[in-house]
Amino acid sequence: MILHPAIIALILVSLLISGMVLYASFFGIRIIRRWDIQSGSEEQLALERSTYLISTILSYVLVFQIGSLFLYIYTADNLHRLFVGAMCAAGTLNVNPYGYPTFLLKILNFILAGLWLIINYTDNQVFDYPLIKKKYALLLFIAPLMVTESVMQTLYFLGLKGDVITSCCGSLFSTERSSVSSEIASVPVRAGMAGFYSGLALTFFLGIVYWTRGKLGRLFSLASGVFFLVSCVSLISFLSLYFYELPTHHCPFCILQREYGYIGYLLYGTLLVGVVSGLGVGVLMPFKGIKSLSRSLPMIQKRLTLICLVAYLIFAGISIYRLMSTDFTLGVSFLF
Amino acid sequence: MAVWIEKQRMILDFTLSSLMRRKGKNISLLLVYTLVVFILGSAMFFTQAMKKEAALILKDAPEMVVQRLLQGRYAPIPMGYLEKIRKIRGVISAEARLWGYLYDSALGANYTLMVSRNTTIPPETIIIGHGISRSRRIYPRDMMAFRAYNGAIHTFVVQDVLSSESELVSSDLILLSEADYRVLFGLSAEQATDLVVTVRNPKELITIANKISELLPDTRPIIRDEMVRTYDSVFDWRGGIVVVLLMMAILAFVIFAWEKASGLSAEERREIGILKAIGWETGDVITVRGYEGLLVSFFSFSLGILLAYAHIFFSSAFLFAPALKGWSVLYPAFRLTPFLDPYQIAVLFFLTVVPYTITTIVPSWRAAIVDPDSVMRT
Repeated sequence: MILHPAIIALILVSLLISGMVLYASFFGIRIIRRWDIQSGSEEQLALERSTYLISTILSYVLVFQIGSLFLYIYTADNLHRLFVGAMCAAGTLNVNPYGYPTFLLKILNFILAGLWLIINYTDNQVFDYPLIKKKYALLLFIAPLMVTESVMQTLYFLGLKGDVITSCCGSLFSTERSSVSSEIASVPVRAGMAGFYSGLALTFFLGIVYWTRGKLGRLFSLASGVFFLVSCVSLISFLSLYFYELPTHHCPFCILQREYGYIGYLLYGTLLVGVVSGLGVGVLMPFKGIKSLSRSLPMIQKRLTLICLVAYLIFAGISIYRLMSTDFTLGVSFLF
Repeated sequence: MAVWIEKQRMILDFTLSSLMRRKGKNISLLLVYTLVVFILGSAMFFTQAMKKEAALILKDAPEMVVQRLLQGRYAPIPMGYLEKIRKIRGVISAEARLWGYLYDSALGANYTLMVSRNTTIPPETIIIGHGISRSRRIYPRDMMAFRAYNGAIHTFVVQDVLSSESELVSSDLILLSEADYRVLFGLSAEQATDLVVTVRNPKELITIANKISELLPDTRPIIRDEMVRTYDSVFDWRGGIVVVLLMMAILAFVIFAWEKASGLSAEERREIGILKAIGWETGDVITVRGYEGLLVSFFSFSLGILLAYAHIFFSSAFLFAPALKGWSVLYPAFRLTPFLDPYQIAVLFFLTVVPYTITTIVPSWRAAIVDPDSVMRT
């Protein structure tokens, strides 16, 4: 293991977060089993009080989760010098089999924590807590994932040894080898752009329809989720090339570095906000029939739609501006 | 939205006055918190600054050095190896270096003696480093005497003193001519300390290093990148060790914070009870507590960082330097180049503010669920 202050910080924080989420799940189980809004018993009162604790814990967890995601990438990037062959975070994460799963789990857990807070916020708008059992069931689903993430991350850092020869992003995302990452990298530019623009257009069309008419909400939510994946693929397959102005550089991490004005933080930040709020619309859909929520639910969903569209607009705006402004081309203009 | 902002403003206002009302308790928390940030921050800034200095020095180091190994330790290398290495395709040049250490019993220090490859120095004269000049009070045109390997005394005239800017590398350095060097150390003309190799394409360094160790099996090529990597991991490791040792301090601080946050005075309980009786919700009280933690964190964290910055870059890390940079009689007097790295600050934040915040969640919730009637009745 490499004894680096950032590694110690990441392990410490992930252990604390997992501990808090487990603690919250313990209350969650009691709520699922014993909750009875009609009862005025001492126990029910105690359960109602514990809901405040759990929502406070989860909101802190969300904030720390996004911080730890970026710290994780940055640390991986910072450590690349210790590994022969690594040139940025892409290589460091590849040193052992736990690097990338931890990274993906961090993103997944951030999205899940965000969705939980959206449901929680909706639930707290009315006084009969209609979603209480569902949200604690979701919490019980999130908790093992958080713990897995901590375990994976600890295993990853424990397995880091300075003399391992790894591969840099150049060979990992090279178009000549066959792996998932190179499959993504070798998506033809035209097809990739077509997918990106049509995903964007579809998400916006559905979003505006939902915002103005209140229809096709589920489809919009689905489209926002798909657009998130399409954007991730686009970033690796062609958007990054325009940012780096290199026809072979597919790395999704170098964009976070100073050379590119830290623009990656804004890109990933808006993408994550977009996917959480977009998926949030769909997650709330099944609760449409609940009577007490009939006033507040559509308002929350519309607000989420707006947040999602604005976030995606910023993401797409920066990307398209880059495609247009740079002299670099891949033999195609920014519109195919 | 405007209502929400107004509400937050009111709560923040209340938080500030509530913090001021309990000065003693909060100031003690602030002091301990600041101290923890200061110590951790100093350790991290210091190791980072040392890493930067090392990288700066190594930037000018040769890209490959070839040493000869004898019985597992490094030994003088035959000059004949130079020709063999020059013949390898891709090698631009190979040169011999002459250097070594000399113990000065008067000062109890080791000097580094070196034959300069750039400047020619006349026989029986030397150029000395600033550290030597300072500690032995020797200036240009003074004399300095050394005992050679066979016990003979050789006297040299100091021609010049190296500028103090390069002190980190040249504090204990003495430059002399090749002939004097060979007389002093008894090294024959067929031998050198080690060889410096320059390569046309830096990407070929490893290939050429492999070729050299195949061609000359008793040698060990060392590539600059390896040195940089070693320095980096050594300093990271030292910083990490310090952080691990300080984990005890963090733990003690977390327990302290927990205790401060959960130990409610009768007056505080009454206050929360009254707030809830006049219509505050549990969530609002938790928000007040959250803001309290945020304000305390903000002040302690900023103050701790400022103090650590001053400690490392203005006072040359007087608290830590002996433990972290190693020990030497002729250690150069140097100032670390100031820097403020957002990454270091983020790591520090994760090491201090996050644990503090997490430990105060449960106590503030406990405080917030106080029953108004039970409190006011007592």
